[in-house]
Amino acid sequence: MRAFSRLLERLYYEPSTLAKERLLLDYFKATPDPDRGYAVAVIAGDLSLPNFKRSMVLELIRARVDPVLLSMSYDYVGELSETVAHLWPGNSEPEAEDLPSLSDVVHALRHTSKADLPAYVTGMLDRMTSPERWAFLKIGMQSLRIGVSARLLKQVLAKFGDKPIDDIETLWHGVDLPYEQLFLWLEGRSERPAVHEALTFTPVMLAHPLDEKDFGLITPEAYAAEWKYDGIRVQVVNSPLGRALFTRTGDDISHTFPDVLAHLNFHAVLDGELIVMRGDKNGTFNDLQQRLGRKAPSSKLIADYPAGIIVYDVLALEGEDVRPQPHAARRALLEAALTHHKPDAMKLSPELAFDSFEALADMRASVVNTPVIEGVMLKRRDSSYVAGRPTGPWYKWKINPKLVDAVLMYAQRGSGKRSSFYSDFTFGLWSGNQILPIGKAYFGFTDAELVELDKWVRHNTIQTFGPVREVKKELVFEVAFDAVHRSTRHKSGYALRFPRINRIRWDKPAQEADHIPALEALIAR
Amino acid sequence: MHPKDWIEITRRGVLCRPGAVYIDPVQPVADAIVTHGHADHARSGHGRVFATPETLAIMRARYGDDHARTECPLAYGETVEIKGVKLSLHPAGHILGSAQARLEYGGFSIVFSGDYKRRPDPTCVPFEPVPCDVFVTEATFALPVFRHPPLDSEIARLLASLRQFPDRCHLIGVYALGKCQRLMMALRAAGYEDTVYLHGAMVRLCELYQDCGLDLGAWEVVTAENAKTLAGKIVLCPPSALQDRWSRKLPDVLTAAASGWMRIRARAKQKGVELPLVVSDHADWDELTATLMDVGAPEVWVTHGRDDALVHYATKVGLKAQALHLLGYEDDSE
Repeated sequence: MRAFSRLLERLYYEPSTLAKERLLLDYFKATPDPDRGYAVAVIAGDLSLPNFKRSMVLELIRARVDPVLLSMSYDYVGELSETVAHLWPGNSEPEAEDLPSLSDVVHALRHTSKADLPAYVTGMLDRMTSPERWAFLKIGMQSLRIGVSARLLKQVLAKFGDKPIDDIETLWHGVDLPYEQLFLWLEGRSERPAVHEALTFTPVMLAHPLDEKDFGLITPEAYAAEWKYDGIRVQVVNSPLGRALFTRTGDDISHTFPDVLAHLNFHAVLDGELIVMRGDKNGTFNDLQQRLGRKAPSSKLIADYPAGIIVYDVLALEGEDVRPQPHAARRALLEAALTHHKPDAMKLSPELAFDSFEALADMRASVVNTPVIEGVMLKRRDSSYVAGRPTGPWYKWKINPKLVDAVLMYAQRGSGKRSSFYSDFTFGLWSGNQILPIGKAYFGFTDAELVELDKWVRHNTIQTFGPVREVKKELVFEVAFDAVHRSTRHKSGYALRFPRINRIRWDKPAQEADHIPALEALIAR
Repeated sequence: MHPKDWIEITRRGVLCRPGAVYIDPVQPVADAIVTHGHADHARSGHGRVFATPETLAIMRARYGDDHARTECPLAYGETVEIKGVKLSLHPAGHILGSAQARLEYGGFSIVFSGDYKRRPDPTCVPFEPVPCDVFVTEATFALPVFRHPPLDSEIARLLASLRQFPDRCHLIGVYALGKCQRLMMALRAAGYEDTVYLHGAMVRLCELYQDCGLDLGAWEVVTAENAKTLAGKIVLCPPSALQDRWSRKLPDVLTAAASGWMRIRARAKQKGVELPLVVSDHADWDELTATLMDVGAPEVWVTHGRDDALVHYATKVGLKAQALHLLGYEDDSE
């Protein structure tokens, strides 16, 4: 546990991917099974610890710290594990006792009963230094955020065993904790573990944003174009072993969308965009949100927000892996299969015909306010389907954002990287002689601007409501967003999709900010 | 007369009205009391400056001999009268020459702590609790999450990293006045005898500390010629130089910073620090709360920092407490 805590501490502050790789490789080399396998699971967020609840941690710390000081501390630090790690009574003398191994800790966290867990956690926190407490709580709450993606972890494992990353990608979701089989194979001490018994996720292919310097590459001969839909990327699988629906990161969301799963009436692995689909009409992301995260949707919810897939690629068809085939060939196979089987609520993503780059740019510019379409996808016709984000075969070209000038109204301290600064901003537009809130944003500015904003907020507060500060209505933000729709959440009657702060208009008087009707002009049609 | 009737918060700083003298004014004034030499407390251009001889020396080193019209040096414990107000300075343990200012008028006394800490520091005289009617305390680290670990263990982490990465230049951002010299002395105490390399901005103040009899060991300035050879060495620079062009000439830099803020992960990360060292010249939460008890004043005023938490604590333990909202002192100046 101590070695793992030190690893997390180093990884947390290490900005360079290369150095992160080095730290992980050294750890895997120096750490025995099953600890290193549990470390992989913890870092990848693959552990399930249902008894370890955030509320339990809150209760433990509330019993030990004055409530006002606790809330001020939490507000300042912006993150529960770290707040508790720092506040937990006891000395900060370094490393007084031996700690149990990581596998012992994980075992205890998984198998201690709900009633006994608080006593176990207390006993552990009492024996630890502040950084160790942080690591322990992060493990328990399964929220490390140390800048190590699943992709990076797989790369490190591939390097560790000198194996192709595709093999790791495929095995990843097919072997069990604590991955002893995987490590045996990586160290050349056993055969490749068999995974065909399980229904597995096939890693997806991702696109790079299209930069201006690459415009010249885009010709109708080389690239096929289609719309980029504003839903969630999914992989739907139907095989002799059963059916499953995965997110682009391999999370199984089959239970959330039983309707979609039922529609796929042939054996295949398909890649597409999950959206709400009412007959021929595509729903907005806002519609889809009604369905996301519902583990057991009611039949009424399914009827009100029926989900479907806009299919754009095929990875396997009737048991054959078609990923090595070029995009044009895969698309032909997909089109034929969909025409033949006619599954409900599964539409082929139409190809956009264009004869020049300029014509494509015009098409993209002609999309008005984008409730469903958020840009253009470009796929090289001769490219095979490759896991990860290779440069060249796929590009995404998003539609330019909408802009309004809004006035800062309230600020709140952020969390994570922006904690301890006022970095969550609520802003509004004029309605007559008052300002009504239209949304909230917490990024889009630089760290240097954040320091200035934080200072401005602290010096221009007119009143505070708990953690929220109301400020003088004097600072204008140019807010960028992807779309706007009507909503009852804000008093203004509008809500923005993906708002971010485009520019801080220190120069612009608040009187010159935009009025609410400006949004009506931009609304989704 | 109660100090609330003769102490006033103005845009220039805290004013003692009967003495017409300001404490750590942020703009030039006729008469100023300066608690210590950090730039946000000690500014140039005043008429008369009342301060310890060490603080005055620091101000001369930073702003030149004409930083004020008249210097009025006061040794710790010595008393001077300014238009009927009795002023004396007492050790604050923050940096070389740092002082608390005690003012007495109309039968009441008030002590301005300036910045202070309670931990041992060979570069300055330890903090002394001074009995008074009103104690004005700083609150830079006034939240219970701030509990600075022992200096030895932070130095040990730095030396361990040097052993683990012998090819990387360990560049540490430190405040040029106080933190720099304290860290150098702590490295010496831990047995580190290698030359410590300094950014040019540290030189004058290190020389001044040495003139005051403090032994910083061997040091050299980083130059264009020696920069390439500093792999595995310790280099100290002001925090602002960490991400500067200046540091690019150093070989394979491992960025460290020594400050109380390094306790908060997000803060360290925001500054791009890979090795955060929690070393502070300000009192942490435990020191602040212990100091309120040690001073024993029935009334506490809280200045720059996280005043709300300390006011809450003081009120809870039965003291009369309020926040003074002072502008112009930087939170981050550590």
